[in-house]
Amino acid sequence: MTVPVRRFDAVIVGGGGAGMRAALQLSESGLKTAVLSKVFPTRSHTVAAQGGISASLGNVQEDRWEWHMYDTVKGSDWLGDQDAIEFMCRKAPEAVIELEHFGMPFDRLENGKIYQRPFGGHTQNNGESPVQRACAAADRTGHAMLHTLYQRNVRANTQFFVEWMALDLIRDEAGDVVGVTALEMETGEVYIFHAKAVLFATGGAGRIYAASTNAFINTGDGLGMCVRAGIPLEDMEFWQFHPTGVAGAGVLITEGVRGEGGILLNANGERFMERYAPNLKDLAPRDFVARSMEQEVLEGRGCGPNKDYVLLKLDHLGPDIIKQRLPGIREIAIKFAGVDPIKEPIPVIPTCHYMMGGIPTNYRGEVVIPQGDNPEARVNGFYAAGECACASVHGANRLGTNSLLDLVVFGKSAGDSMVEFIRNEMPNWKPLPANAAERSLARISRLDNQTNGEDVTEVRTAMQRTVQARAAVFRNSENLAQGVKEIQEVAERVKRIQIKDKSKVFNTARVEALELENLIEVAVATLISADARKESRGAHAHADFQQRDDEVWMKHTLYYGDDRRLTYKPVHTKPLSVDYIPPKERTF
Amino acid sequence: MTKARFSIYRYDPDKDAKPYMQDYEIELGPNDVKLLDVIVKLKAMDDTLSFRRSCREGICGSDAMNINGKNGLACVTNWADLKQPIELRPLPGLPVIRDLIVDMTQFFKQYHSIKPYVINDTPPPERERLQSPEDRLELDGLYECILCACCSTSCPSFWWNPDKFVGPAGLLAAYRFIADTRDLATNERLDNLEDPYRLFRCHTIMNCVDVCPKGLNPTKAIGKIKDMMVKRAV
Repeated sequence: MTVPVRRFDAVIVGGGGAGMRAALQLSESGLKTAVLSKVFPTRSHTVAAQGGISASLGNVQEDRWEWHMYDTVKGSDWLGDQDAIEFMCRKAPEAVIELEHFGMPFDRLENGKIYQRPFGGHTQNNGESPVQRACAAADRTGHAMLHTLYQRNVRANTQFFVEWMALDLIRDEAGDVVGVTALEMETGEVYIFHAKAVLFATGGAGRIYAASTNAFINTGDGLGMCVRAGIPLEDMEFWQFHPTGVAGAGVLITEGVRGEGGILLNANGERFMERYAPNLKDLAPRDFVARSMEQEVLEGRGCGPNKDYVLLKLDHLGPDIIKQRLPGIREIAIKFAGVDPIKEPIPVIPTCHYMMGGIPTNYRGEVVIPQGDNPEARVNGFYAAGECACASVHGANRLGTNSLLDLVVFGKSAGDSMVEFIRNEMPNWKPLPANAAERSLARISRLDNQTNGEDVTEVRTAMQRTVQARAAVFRNSENLAQGVKEIQEVAERVKRIQIKDKSKVFNTARVEALELENLIEVAVATLISADARKESRGAHAHADFQQRDDEVWMKHTLYYGDDRRLTYKPVHTKPLSVDYIPPKERTF
Repeated sequence: MTKARFSIYRYDPDKDAKPYMQDYEIELGPNDVKLLDVIVKLKAMDDTLSFRRSCREGICGSDAMNINGKNGLACVTNWADLKQPIELRPLPGLPVIRDLIVDMTQFFKQYHSIKPYVINDTPPPERERLQSPEDRLELDGLYECILCACCSTSCPSFWWNPDKFVGPAGLLAAYRFIADTRDLATNERLDNLEDPYRLFRCHTIMNCVDVCPKGLNPTKAIGKIKDMMVKRAV
């Protein structure tokens, strides 16, 4: 079977914040670039980000990128790579100013500068007191940013392939990346995209959990493609639970609510965060607040008939602030929690929100994997940025507003690296290997021909229940070991999933089945990586190993899918220009 | 558990000669609140049922459809508030690709036609371009559009002339850039709309305002553009 080939200098998979920021670099450099996206770009999940994007602009209070760096390192529980963190925090002000110049509708201060609000874990003078660092467009910052980036790409004439789902990575005999296969959803046809450089900006995979703030499309497609192509995944045990998901619905309520002065209350009406984090209180980092909330519930101080949630109170901010700064939250609370936060508190629970791990990269956006003695050898022609990548700037726990920053800083950086690589090292396309589309065609044909198979929804539900139960906020050895066993059983079932819809035209059943094949790789990686880490660090809170163990465990996990084995690599302790920030106890 | 009845537009060009309405009946529990939750459940029973969806919280704009005769987002609609059988159809006026999935090419073409980006060729300052809170307030009610197309596909003027009339979503976006103090192309933007069709096919029927899931008011924005045209002419 011949598969049609389309040829571009660069192919970007994913049309969210990172993909579109990278696309600008490539389009504006004059290289022939294709952006593939499962959904129309403005429907990517970046659109749902709410509270802000961090940068030490100092528009309200004195601020320095060094303080931002310190907070990010401490937030990461010393698992973040300090060169990448320095790079991101130093670039933050220019990245935000650039978005403003692109036309992003930031809120404004009286003096006309960009409005900034406080956010969890962001402080002045290395932990002294909260600082207003989150640049915000009301509580729709992701929407404002994503639309602005799309608009800028319209101006740059970027070529989008809308509703095209990438299926597999194409590597040649040397292991270099030379393209991807992709499914045109409208026609059901498979194509090869032959490229000098490929960027994955495929976003998160929160849908491995039963309750998640993530969109349906967050299925870890880039990670699944990597695993199938022999690329390891980094730090997959670290998943962020956002403290304030709407109880029952899972929909996100921004940390910006607490940035504006909202507080968490238990069933006794007590502002319990004062006990856990006397200094930062409700604005402690997310892993810390999520654990405190779970602890309150475990000790019987949860609210509601089942005592299983806490309350987010913001009525004391007054209707004006709520309507001006948090209009989207009010809309969500009314629609999904049935309460108007001007009058009543919102029931909230910690909800899976963000994947700190991902495809191993450096701060240039290059994908790096162990080769011989080198723990970080470049995979020629392969780049990743945004939530799917692990640079690693977030380490074991991401600070709020650092994700939008990550997208634009590393989207741009990866774009620059690709332009450089294509210009200096790749005058011509490397030849495609024979049968470049074989794996993808085999996957599709298996789906079409499977009989007596497993139902996609049932198997996906089994996966989500397992991950939810076994890789939650609090973990323990027994639970994790059980989880490893269960998820591998689910993985066997995924091999036999079946669809009834055999149509070629916009077959969303087929898309969901292909997505499940990606999700399961992420789920297995998560449980195996988590089971192995015998310490507590950031979002990995282990009941049987409650302390952080820097001696043994200050290292990154690498998971290989082909034989489900783990290796480790050192954390980068050498920043680019400033002094190393040595580990210390993490209190707030 | 409660029973809910549905009648859903079905069309798969791969096998159907023409579209038809299919009836569904489903048992729903207390956790099935939103219409999208229910459609996802229906798809678990019948995986051929095709529709778009993503964020399930009303911000991505994927799951716009015609619900009991009115355009809306399935994810922010409570199914229990709807009269049964709940009739679901694709957004009107656009070609149907399959079931509830429409071809939005024409809609986006109109959006692109208004040059949806800030035009300002002066060299950017080192820091942000300043904008007063009052000037920024002018963008509220405009920039929040999610491009779901509920408005344009409920507009008779857009149905008759989708290739010539920009439509409410595109015109709302046009005014979003006109109203932005950082944009310097107001005249060029007004020129771009000065045409018997592009702007002036709006007959203030206001279906757009009625259906917008974000509570925006394209008719008001269109009125402001028309005012500016008049002022410019005198």
